[in-house]
Amino acid sequence: MINSLFLINPSGEIFLEKHWKSVVSRSVCDYFLEAKEKALEPEDVPPVIHTPHHYLISIYRDKLFFLSVIQTEVPPLFVIEFLHRVAEMIQDYFGECSETVVKDHMVMVYELLEEMLDNGFPLATESNVLKEMIRPPTILRSVVNTLTGTSNVGDTLPTGQPSTIPWRRAGVRYTNNEAYFDVVEEIDAILDQSGTTVFAEIQGVVEACVKLSGMPDLTLSFMNPRLLDDVSFHPCVRYKLWESERVLSFIPPDGNFTLMTYHVNAQNLVAIPVYVKQSISFFECGSDGRLDVTVGPKQTMGKTVEGVMVTVHLPKTILSINLTATQGSYTYDNGTKLLVWDIGKLNPQKLPNLRGSLSLQAGAPKPEENPSLNIDLNIQQLAISGLKVNRLDMFGEKYKPFKGVKYITKAGKFQVRT
Amino acid sequence: MSTNNLSYSDQGGTDSAVEVGQETTPTSSNAGAGFGLFSVDFKKNEDLKEMLESNKESLKLEAMKRVVGLIAKGKNASELFPAVVKNVASKNIELKKLVYVYLVRYAEEQQDLALLSISTFQRALKDPNQLIRASALRVLSSIRVPIIVPIMMLAIKEAASDMSPYVRKTSAHAIQKLYSLDQDQKELLIEVIEKLLKDKSTLVAGSVVMAFEEVCPDRIDLIHKNYRKLCNLLVDVEEWGQVVIISMLTRYARTQFTNPWKEAYILAFYESDEEKTRDETEAKPYMMDPDHRLLLRNTKPLLQSRNTAVVMSVAQLYWHLAPKNEVSIITKSLVRLLRSHREVQYIVLQNIATMSIQRKGMFEPYMKSFYVRSTDATHIKSLKLEILTSLANEANISTILREFQTYVKSQDKQFAAGTIQAIGRCATNISEVTDTCLNGLVLLLSNRDETVVAESVVVIRKLLQIQPTQHSDIIKHMAQLFDNITVPMARASILWLMGEYCERVPKIAPDVLRKMAKSFTSEEDIVKLQTVNLAAKLYLTNSKQTKLLTQYILNLGKYDQNYDIRDRTRFIRQLIVPNDKNGALSKYAHRILLAPKPAPVLESAYKDRDRYQLGTLSHTINTKASGYLELSDWPAVAPDQSVRNVEVIEPTGKSKPAKSSDDKFYSDSGEEEEEKGSGSSSSEDGSSSSSEESGSDAESHVQKNSSQSSEESDKSSSQSEKSSSESDSEKKERKTKTPLQKKTVKPTAKDRYHTIMEHRAGPTSPKQHTKTIFVNVINQHSVLQTFSYSHWSTLCVSLFTQLCPLSLAFPLQVSGPAFVPEKSHDLLHRMTGKGLSAQYQFPRQPCLYQPTMVSVQISLTNTTDHPLEQIHIGDRSPTGLNMHCFNTIECLEPEASVTVFMGIDFNDSTQAANFQLCTKEDHFSVSIQPAIGELLLPITMTELDFRKEKGKLLGMNESSATITMAAENMTSQPISRPVATVANLGVVPSSQGNVHRFAGKTASSRAVVLVTVELRESSTALITINTEKSVMGSMLLRDLKLALAQA
Repeated sequence: MINSLFLINPSGEIFLEKHWKSVVSRSVCDYFLEAKEKALEPEDVPPVIHTPHHYLISIYRDKLFFLSVIQTEVPPLFVIEFLHRVAEMIQDYFGECSETVVKDHMVMVYELLEEMLDNGFPLATESNVLKEMIRPPTILRSVVNTLTGTSNVGDTLPTGQPSTIPWRRAGVRYTNNEAYFDVVEEIDAILDQSGTTVFAEIQGVVEACVKLSGMPDLTLSFMNPRLLDDVSFHPCVRYKLWESERVLSFIPPDGNFTLMTYHVNAQNLVAIPVYVKQSISFFECGSDGRLDVTVGPKQTMGKTVEGVMVTVHLPKTILSINLTATQGSYTYDNGTKLLVWDIGKLNPQKLPNLRGSLSLQAGAPKPEENPSLNIDLNIQQLAISGLKVNRLDMFGEKYKPFKGVKYITKAGKFQVRT
Repeated sequence: MSTNNLSYSDQGGTDSAVEVGQETTPTSSNAGAGFGLFSVDFKKNEDLKEMLESNKESLKLEAMKRVVGLIAKGKNASELFPAVVKNVASKNIELKKLVYVYLVRYAEEQQDLALLSISTFQRALKDPNQLIRASALRVLSSIRVPIIVPIMMLAIKEAASDMSPYVRKTSAHAIQKLYSLDQDQKELLIEVIEKLLKDKSTLVAGSVVMAFEEVCPDRIDLIHKNYRKLCNLLVDVEEWGQVVIISMLTRYARTQFTNPWKEAYILAFYESDEEKTRDETEAKPYMMDPDHRLLLRNTKPLLQSRNTAVVMSVAQLYWHLAPKNEVSIITKSLVRLLRSHREVQYIVLQNIATMSIQRKGMFEPYMKSFYVRSTDATHIKSLKLEILTSLANEANISTILREFQTYVKSQDKQFAAGTIQAIGRCATNISEVTDTCLNGLVLLLSNRDETVVAESVVVIRKLLQIQPTQHSDIIKHMAQLFDNITVPMARASILWLMGEYCERVPKIAPDVLRKMAKSFTSEEDIVKLQTVNLAAKLYLTNSKQTKLLTQYILNLGKYDQNYDIRDRTRFIRQLIVPNDKNGALSKYAHRILLAPKPAPVLESAYKDRDRYQLGTLSHTINTKASGYLELSDWPAVAPDQSVRNVEVIEPTGKSKPAKSSDDKFYSDSGEEEEEKGSGSSSSEDGSSSSSEESGSDAESHVQKNSSQSSEESDKSSSQSEKSSSESDSEKKERKTKTPLQKKTVKPTAKDRYHTIMEHRAGPTSPKQHTKTIFVNVINQHSVLQTFSYSHWSTLCVSLFTQLCPLSLAFPLQVSGPAFVPEKSHDLLHRMTGKGLSAQYQFPRQPCLYQPTMVSVQISLTNTTDHPLEQIHIGDRSPTGLNMHCFNTIECLEPEASVTVFMGIDFNDSTQAANFQLCTKEDHFSVSIQPAIGELLLPITMTELDFRKEKGKLLGMNESSATITMAAENMTSQPISRPVATVANLGVVPSSQGNVHRFAGKTASSRAVVLVTVELRESSTALITINTEKSVMGSMLLRDLKLALAQA
């Protein structure tokens, strides 16, 4: 299936290669680099490229290209999903996924890749299983290792067979047994010029951090599971119980994982937490324009809106801008024409406002379309859909775990057309 | 291969390889920096070899790490092979792993040296640790050296029967490696695959199917026997394996089952014999093979997988295999995937684009999910546009066009141009908006951006061609714009329009030609060609004004640099300018040049992509990828279904109590039949003890038998259709294989069936007759308690449950109801039903159609003065509702009434079952809302069993409440009566006077429900309900509280 993997940085340097079958010359990447040259943005590079002898499937993530070489028919999503898992695995092991991190841990990444695929077919992609084979680095251990000359690879090979619960490693022990769940909801919305909602929906995800000893069997129930329209689960969740009783019953993996993602029934009206008053205008005659943006709270359920940020891709013909913000600060990159206004907390008494003039390049025609505003925000302790966790029960173990649930609402792809 | 490798780093010796390593050290803080303090001073790579040959493990390890670092960067480290291979037998596991990594990479280039390591692997293959065995096989099979093929073959064969599933999985991978190394081994490898396909481990399933797909995808005969097992294992297989298995099963199903799309299909579980007996002579409606249904049912939960590839593969399975009305369940999941990564979006959108062309309705409700955001990548934008265009219809076109208007103004001009094309397509597809679109496009002609204008011109040209009559003003307008447009394609389009419709703009066209004559030499080729065309057309229609101009242009063309233009000029001149030689042709010049031309059809680029299986690479790139396996067409006649039957092993064990054959049952049900759910999930819980297990065993036993018998009936019905002697003999053969027990029971059951149907048809109640049958049966089955009702229909039902040889040796015996409430509910009032009235009640009998269903008795009465014809059941919702309908009642005389039975699988929820009751003329929407107590089946158990079961259902599974009751009700009788009225539970004999126990099972999922009523002092009572269905528990508790407080 997957023949080879190349990691390529944005400037086109291939800094890691791994082959699971016969070696494929890295010159095959030239096709990809050519496509990359053609694309304006790295996101625009087509994910699937057809070359005379190979097929190249790539993802762009964390400023890195993961390029896989395929020789025969395979579902493209299979490869894409796997490449994302590789990125997630690097993130999971080393805290971030970046070129420097990969270069620093070249050997370990290579070993991990070796374990993840056999003959191009995924062998072990569960983080719990991988961590049993190759222990992730910690500061303490790396110091100990250098002093004693021992290493990260488990000296004793795990003898337990992971077939019953492949996602959970055996013999987990903690002194403090804790289980935390974060319910994160994102509002995807498109608002039009007048502030009317063109499209809005809520996507949620339940992230879990479970540090429990032994083999706990957890059951998580919601106060209002009917809200959930469409769901997808971590493989640990027992689907049948969800179907019949709308509870999440599962033996969790150890550590951080995404328990479920859900989509809230779109028929319900989505509460839009902020409104944006904006006017961006360019004068027909001169080479000037004005920008005036105000953000205010709308339906916030009595919570404070924090971390508000407005991002605008200004037209290419803008020469310079001169703006003043009543709250927060703005940055503007003249190269990419990207204006970012970081507002912070939203104060309902005194609404933040950004206004000022834009000047166009001399002789350039007035831009036809005003740029759209992308809004970022978060609201702590609120799930905007109203979803509530009812209770969490644990079976199978004797101790009493500490349990915690946190809610947070964020803006997803929240766009205001102007 | 080695030359490939050397092409980018063809250093000669160790020294030069070392140099390369050194060069990169400072820039990229190479592998050395990873392990800490003492590698900060730059190690000379020269001593890598020395380090590898030293005695110190730590030195060797560090050297190996650096070597692997070189490999990872794509540097050549092959020179170190001799030094590295010596360490293959090292005791240090990490070092060993690194050596393995090195070997796999370079063994192919250094075959002779690689052979030195083989004996180490052969030893490791016998290691007691499964992981070492597995990794030895992995490396051994990855060494692509032809000489060791026999050794590999031997190792694979051995590993295929290893104890550890992990090693067996590795052997499945090794099969593919060996096959790619030496294709001659195919036959031997197929044998191993055949063996591994029988493996019951979920770990192995995915890998072996992968091997199957690679080595022998055409040998579907190997799948037959494993088909049901694979379907049942599917949910528990790891996600990557799921993808492979699903795509294989899709291909399999296309060769084995008949087309479900042909006609209105009748429910798959429609398997009653009555149908068969009656319809024997009539044409058969489509009946889905139960195996086909099994596949669809078992893949459906995977739509909820977190793995996008799994979701997509289930989606394509439904698209290619499911009946048309079921395909839409995949919509939601696909739309969900659009939230995922950009690359996932790209693939999913492509597939949606293909689907939406054929089935607009599927995605129309989610239209807004395809709205374009300014932050989307270009290819995502154009795909969304494509889909929106396909979804457009009369109803939503105005919304879509409004959305398009925003896009046209986009800063991304490429995208704006795409939008204009999309508008063009909408305009041609939906004639209502053609004019609106055309006007909108004309407005765009004054846009400042050139690409937008050009695209508009091209699209307008196409639109005008479709209806040229009314639009001469638009052509004039375009002529005016002509001077300002510089994009060649647009200019050419305008010229073509002028020429084509020159008669509508007689004054303007010659002037345009005049301008073109001036600028001819500086135009693009495509514009020149159209100029020549225009000149020719004008010459034919208006030669007086344009004769000279035309000749001038033809002269210019004659000496053009481009041969196409020279050719065209020559051809046109011969055609239009009359001379002696070719007079014949020029007569027809007018007809040739000004022939009415068919309007272009604006079509989606995804129109013909459906020739590829969805979700495949071939579909994405729109060409056949190497190794693509075609999806075959449905067979006209289904191949023999019995090939999938798996032989039953132990005929005697079945009739014995389940306990004795516990293990066998497990292996059986895993391998053979559906509904492994209850069994495996309870064992996963780890909380279940033996008695429950044996309970669920017996259950799977029941399931098994029932599905077998349904198969049987199915089979015989299909036989009646084909009446082929071949399958007949096949069946006989199979029958002889079936256990003795069944052999005697089945025919009895079938014979009696007809008799009983007769009873049901006639309203008289020959109770006596039925009784004799029953006595026959109870000779074999020792269950009698249900037989205490005089109502003939109830009797039939209970009789049936006995007849189907299901409930043999069943510790948690489903018993007859303690009490059947006479209460009936209105289903359809005679006023709303236009004279047809219907009432339903729950007879509290196990449903004979499917064990998970609740049987519902419906009495239909005709209160009109004319007969009602063809009373039957129509559409139902929710669509997934599993329901067994009664047979169509051909005619119901005035004032007559008839009682029919239905089975409804409420899936253990009190959600109402909505369906339509249809007569020949009308249909009425009705709904049946079951009380929670009706979803239960009573079971008999001893007090001891009860306590045991209750012990397992504590904690969250328990709900209780204390209520006050009147003192006179504190005796036993009044308690069990109201409880039995509320819920269909069996009474458990109790040794304590003040504690009353009731037991039952939920109909659908067979979860035990235990109710305890403990009478206390001062006329209070404690009601406790234990069940794993906690929701049902609390609802039941509420009902009981109400009932007992009343009492």
